[in-house]
Amino acid sequence: MTDMTRRQFFKLTGATLVGSSLGLLGFAPGPALAEVRQFKLLRATETRNTCPYCSVACGILMYSLGDKAKNAEASIVHIEGDPDHPVNRGTLCPKGAGLLDMVHSKSRLTYPEYRAPGSDKWQRISWNDALDRIARLLKADRDANFVEKNADGLTVNRWITTGMLAASGATNEVGYLTHKVVRPLGLLVFDNQARV
Amino acid sequence: MTNHWVDIKNADLVLIMGGNAAEAHPCGFKWVTEAKAHNKARLIVVDPRFTRSAAIADYYAPIRTGTDIVFLGAVINYLLTNDKIQHEYVRNYTDLPFIVKEGFAFADGLFSGYDAQARKYDKSSWDYEFGDDGYVRTDPTFAHPRCVYNLLRQHYARYTPEMVERICGTAKEKFLHIAEQIASTSTTDRAMTIMYALGWTQHSVGSQMIRCAAMVQLLLGNIGISGGGMNALRGHSNIQGLTDLGLLSNLLPGYLTLPGEKEQDYAKYIAARAPKPLRPNQLSYWQNYPKFHVSLMKAWWGDAVSAENDWGYDWLPKLDKSYDLLLAIELMNQGKMNGYICQGFNPLAAAPNKAKAIAGFSQLKFLVVMDPLATETSEFWRNHGEHNDVDPSRIQTEVFRLPTSLFAEEDGAFVNSGRWLQWHWKGAEPPGEARSDLEIMAGLFTRLRALYRSEGGAPSDAITKLSWPYANPESPTADELAKEYSGRALKDLADPKDPTKIIRKAGEQLAGFAELRDDGSTSSGCWIFCGSWGPAGNLMARRDNADPTGIGNTLNWAWAWPANRRVLYNRASCDVNGKPFDPKRKLVGWNGAAWGGADVPDYKADEDPANGMGPFIMLPEGVARLFARDAMNEGPFPEHYEPFETPLANNPLSPNQPLALNNPIARLFKGDREMFGKADRFPHVATTYRLTEHFHYWTKHVRLNAILQPEQFVEIGEALAKEIGVAAGERVRVTSNRGHITAVAMVTKRIKALQVDGKTVHTVGIPIHWGFTGTAKAGFLANTLTPVVGDGNSQTPEFKSFLVRVEKA
Ligand code: SF4
Repeated sequence: MTDMTRRQFFKLTGATLVGSSLGLLGFAPGPALAEVRQFKLLRATETRNTCPYCSVACGILMYSLGDKAKNAEASIVHIEGDPDHPVNRGTLCPKGAGLLDMVHSKSRLTYPEYRAPGSDKWQRISWNDALDRIARLLKADRDANFVEKNADGLTVNRWITTGMLAASGATNEVGYLTHKVVRPLGLLVFDNQARV
Repeated sequence: MTNHWVDIKNADLVLIMGGNAAEAHPCGFKWVTEAKAHNKARLIVVDPRFTRSAAIADYYAPIRTGTDIVFLGAVINYLLTNDKIQHEYVRNYTDLPFIVKEGFAFADGLFSGYDAQARKYDKSSWDYEFGDDGYVRTDPTFAHPRCVYNLLRQHYARYTPEMVERICGTAKEKFLHIAEQIASTSTTDRAMTIMYALGWTQHSVGSQMIRCAAMVQLLLGNIGISGGGMNALRGHSNIQGLTDLGLLSNLLPGYLTLPGEKEQDYAKYIAARAPKPLRPNQLSYWQNYPKFHVSLMKAWWGDAVSAENDWGYDWLPKLDKSYDLLLAIELMNQGKMNGYICQGFNPLAAAPNKAKAIAGFSQLKFLVVMDPLATETSEFWRNHGEHNDVDPSRIQTEVFRLPTSLFAEEDGAFVNSGRWLQWHWKGAEPPGEARSDLEIMAGLFTRLRALYRSEGGAPSDAITKLSWPYANPESPTADELAKEYSGRALKDLADPKDPTKIIRKAGEQLAGFAELRDDGSTSSGCWIFCGSWGPAGNLMARRDNADPTGIGNTLNWAWAWPANRRVLYNRASCDVNGKPFDPKRKLVGWNGAAWGGADVPDYKADEDPANGMGPFIMLPEGVARLFARDAMNEGPFPEHYEPFETPLANNPLSPNQPLALNNPIARLFKGDREMFGKADRFPHVATTYRLTEHFHYWTKHVRLNAILQPEQFVEIGEALAKEIGVAAGERVRVTSNRGHITAVAMVTKRIKALQVDGKTVHTVGIPIHWGFTGTAKAGFLANTLTPVVGDGNSQTPEFKSFLVRVEKA
């Protein structure tokens, strides 16, 4: 993998510098190299990604522990700027520099939740129950309020009592699929973060 | 952006206005530094605050928020009066020589055709004069009194340096210095780039501010050239992509548009969107609209659509109006909406007037929130003390909160500001039970489809017949979807020039939108992305950063729409003969047989320039419009109107016309109009803004950023602090007619009081990043204060200019 080569190159250059200054102090470079603390990123898997904040879209390198084997769960332990990226050339701003803490934020949601009418708390539900219930609610509202023809008898096939806001940090593929699912329902109350 | 981040290095002059790239787009701003260091560029910043962009500028001028059209209009006046325009460019590449028809008029702040009752224009007089041949009449000598050149001169004659000083509060000398610098780029060997962001979009006249700046760039010949352009620094990582994919009320992917309800006839729907050229030998590329549209319909409905059913035309919902976020919340308040889904969007923080949003959400039957984080929207019903003082027992909305993966846990493409589609890869699984949005959308769709198949209900052919070819219907992959929006041949495609030759076999990915057909033999879910996953594979994943010409165009890094073109309108960088105006910044050129160079030509590849085809090939004129015709709602030329909450009693440009105080066509809902505050009770001008250390309402959930900027503050100038008796670090209460917040006062030299129309105006800066969920110290959502009124074209709320009262808490 070319990715790994760059990382190893980086490490080697660092090691060479240490080696040569130790050399000046009279140490032999060979043993000095062996003294260098093992960099934990050496054992990590490198994955290229993009900062999800502003649309400078800085290239990032994410390092995860775990070797991509099926039974090993990867966990991201470090994120830095991608030096090959033509826009950011390895730099990140204070927003991007905190990305690791975003991945592991205490606010990350880990299971579906439901808040009943009038309730003051969340309750945990299963994905199946959540999606079944939402599909039911959507269908009931659509069936009750879908407008096939307007007052003038024109075919309009629209549904305007339910709406959706689409993400701004989602991928093209999510955006494309979302549009493909939403429009055939007749949904027109449909917007994204571009507006605000 | 017409250009892209790296291209900024080629600028000779950078104007940052309506944005603050050093803090909001720091790593992109590096290219400004690069231009300064290696291209001797100068940086000018015009902003109400002395921002960090201003701190490294060569020249800074303050301006009162919301008055940028006065400043830019005065620049237009300066350029025309001093004849600092790029003559060959404007004569051949813009509509300055076009003649406008009789009946078009402007008086006292209003254009012809205004209906005060409906707050709308009849735009029929806003058009060109046509000859018997069907083409627009022109006068290349600019002698005709109604040619665009003369109308433009007339319109902006009122925009004087004195008027700038009076309305913007910018000293006349400062304005003149900047105008002179800008004018220096009218020569062919100098380029200015303009960088802007929400500081221009979030006004009731935001679209016209941006348009006015684009007009300045056109007069200077700065559009289509390297180091030039109109560069929107988009806020979120894929807001460009979501817009390109048409996730807005009235759009379809690739800037195709949904039909209005009166458009019952498919052929007429197409004809209205495929305009014939308005001048001889113009390309008018939208004439290909049917190819793009039919290919989209095939991507969505496959074999279920054909010429016989007008490619499923009836299944597209027809608009009676456009339903933007502001309208949605108004309809909720009127009890007309039952359900709402928020996918990675936090409208409780992002919509204007938080109290109205809470009231609206409380009237919904159900709200579904899909997000990686616990957002305020998902907890709108929960009491968070003074920061969200609601009574849950009185809110009957069912709320679902579905945990999603985030960037690090998924494959896919984001589109950056420069229109590059860049692929990224998954590095870990999402935590716990969190799922990707793809899986959630597919889960909802397959359930709905099954219910309609088994139970029937409202008309559902469009749902049950939707093409769903994914290997795992419950979980389509990013690869499958990227291939689908890029597009493929459905049948063997013959070469139009030689029918015996097959250029694409059935099933093969297409190389670009030029291969799309309108007979149902191609499929592409988003024509402008066509070719991003071509016959050679996923071009968005390319990682060759070589820049062989040194101009900054890394054509083999990722893929840019359209057609991997890096600088839009690049044909305009050449003279009429196809020779680059400036050989030092050559993007493309004509070699006698073809166009080529350091970029993909934005032109017909083999078109001899001698035939006179214009460089703005998407417009039926073939040239850029200084006169917008009917494309803008306020009028063909940008006119200054005050923000809806203004410290002034009248518009100094048309003091006797009260209808021209604020944007005369802005949509106002009844209750919202009554919530506007007046300067007598709310004497201070407020503007919201963003910090280097935070990203919107996301990074308050991030430990590092919560440490860097832990607590909510507002920024006030020393003079105002003294006036209200507040010292730095003390708490202040900021009140608008819609609510109040309290925060720490940051007393600063960066905001100075301005003298406007004879009175002193203090500006208050309100960073937006706090709220009642997350790791940072809890605070108030800044939109507690902001008014509900949107831009007249985009309905982007006026977050940048409103009135408050600041006092010691
Ligand atoms: S690191 Fe900073 S500049 Fe780069 S994309 Fe992220 S937020 Fe934008």
